[in-house]
Amino acid sequence: MAGLNHPENLKYTRSDEWVRLNGDEATIGITDYAQDQLGDIVYIELPWDAQPVAHEEKFGDIESVKATSELISPLSGSVLKANVTLKENPELINDSPYDEGWMLVIKISNPAELDDLLSVEDYKAYLEGR
Amino acid sequence: MTAHDAAGTSLKRTPLYEQHRQLGARLVEFGGWDMPVQYSSILDEHRAVRTHAGLFDVSHMGEFGVTGPGALAFLQHLVPNDVARLALNQALYTQLCQPDGGVVDDLLIYHLAENSYLLVVNAGNIAKDFAWIEAHSQGFEIQLANQSDETGLIALQGPQALTILQPLTGVDLSALAYYHASPGLVNGINSLISRTGYTGEDGFELYCSAGEVAALWEKLLGVGKEHGLVPAGLGARDTLRLEAAYCLYEHELNEQTNPLEAGLAWTVKPGKGDFIGREALVESKAQGLKRKLIGLEMVERGVCRGGYAIYDGERQIGALTSGAPGPTVNKNIGLGYVETAYATPGKNVQVDIRGRRTAAQIVALPFYKRQK
Repeated sequence: MAGLNHPENLKYTRSDEWVRLNGDEATIGITDYAQDQLGDIVYIELPWDAQPVAHEEKFGDIESVKATSELISPLSGSVLKANVTLKENPELINDSPYDEGWMLVIKISNPAELDDLLSVEDYKAYLEGR
Repeated sequence: MTAHDAAGTSLKRTPLYEQHRQLGARLVEFGGWDMPVQYSSILDEHRAVRTHAGLFDVSHMGEFGVTGPGALAFLQHLVPNDVARLALNQALYTQLCQPDGGVVDDLLIYHLAENSYLLVVNAGNIAKDFAWIEAHSQGFEIQLANQSDETGLIALQGPQALTILQPLTGVDLSALAYYHASPGLVNGINSLISRTGYTGEDGFELYCSAGEVAALWEKLLGVGKEHGLVPAGLGARDTLRLEAAYCLYEHELNEQTNPLEAGLAWTVKPGKGDFIGREALVESKAQGLKRKLIGLEMVERGVCRGGYAIYDGERQIGALTSGAPGPTVNKNIGLGYVETAYATPGKNVQVDIRGRRTAAQIVALPFYKRQK
């Protein structure tokens, strides 16, 4: 879609998260499309402590000025770290969804789930169809 | 290309629909209308109104003309505020109340001429209000006209509003007092220039014909640009009015709420004579209000929203009617009703946010008041 950025080297989900893989670790965030749809992000709730996350299940809440939304985990695993900077500066997600707006780093527990992730071409096709 | 609401009915469009599309607005359904919620960012538009100026399309609102020798007597019967005190070209804020005191709608009434008044009502209530007014007009010598479809309305709000508007009109805007209006030409277009607004800033609401409002909109955006004027949508309109603690119908006001509970006793004048709901409102005041509208600020992290429950420890004491981040006051704020005993600034309460009780404090209203 015009004007939005979806990097080639990432994987994606239909609930608009991105995944950056690094061995058995994954960094997770939301896509440029997602932050654009949400508008100004004013609040985020993430698993701030080490805890499990599960494939296709809610891991947090994100709020824009007008609305609240759930964050859905692309993969199962355990939280290694969460981006605490987003507590005071959630707007980083709007400004830099793939870098400063990263949300979680997890240790992947079920590598078979990687097959469910979308390539950038599949994600872009999915966006076109919405 | 026509948007539809959940029931599949076509949404209504104001005369500025194409302008919103061209500006890249995100459109949403509001009260049966397809309206811009934002053009760029709600936060940016909100801040622009507080520091420079914003332009709002409010053409979806309703306008009714009430004329004839019985107009004043009829309006005095219809609303709790004292219409007799309106000078020519002056306006007041009031409600349509049921016999039990519940609010049918809130509205402005302008005294345009001898025996001639303009009522301005909420977009979502146009049909309901017209039917109500018509039903209660029996026995009064008046004509009632629904002028909504023929009327365009734009709100120019912010500290730069007067600077932007003055070169376009011969009306001396610095002499136009708050809650007064003046007919005049704005860029050659016949208008009613009203010193009113819903943002808490200085500003003007401009009424003109539906056929000319697009030209007026485009002219204002053009001349206002160098003064920082931006188009602003319903998203910013809501955060602005929330900071100013203005009521929004279906949130702070509805048919189960009376104006006294909503903190609007200043608009209710039982001494002026009888009106629909007078007895109930006098009784309500005499008995003591059981609940009152309050403002609250979140103390712990979290955004409070309309509908969330308010607690004092284990006991629910009320609920929010509106809530959002306040971009100027830099707090998450809300309005709501609580039991009267708790309706005191400084009281610590908790808001249930997704099942978690989150600390908040009741505060004095408004949250924001502009420097004059």
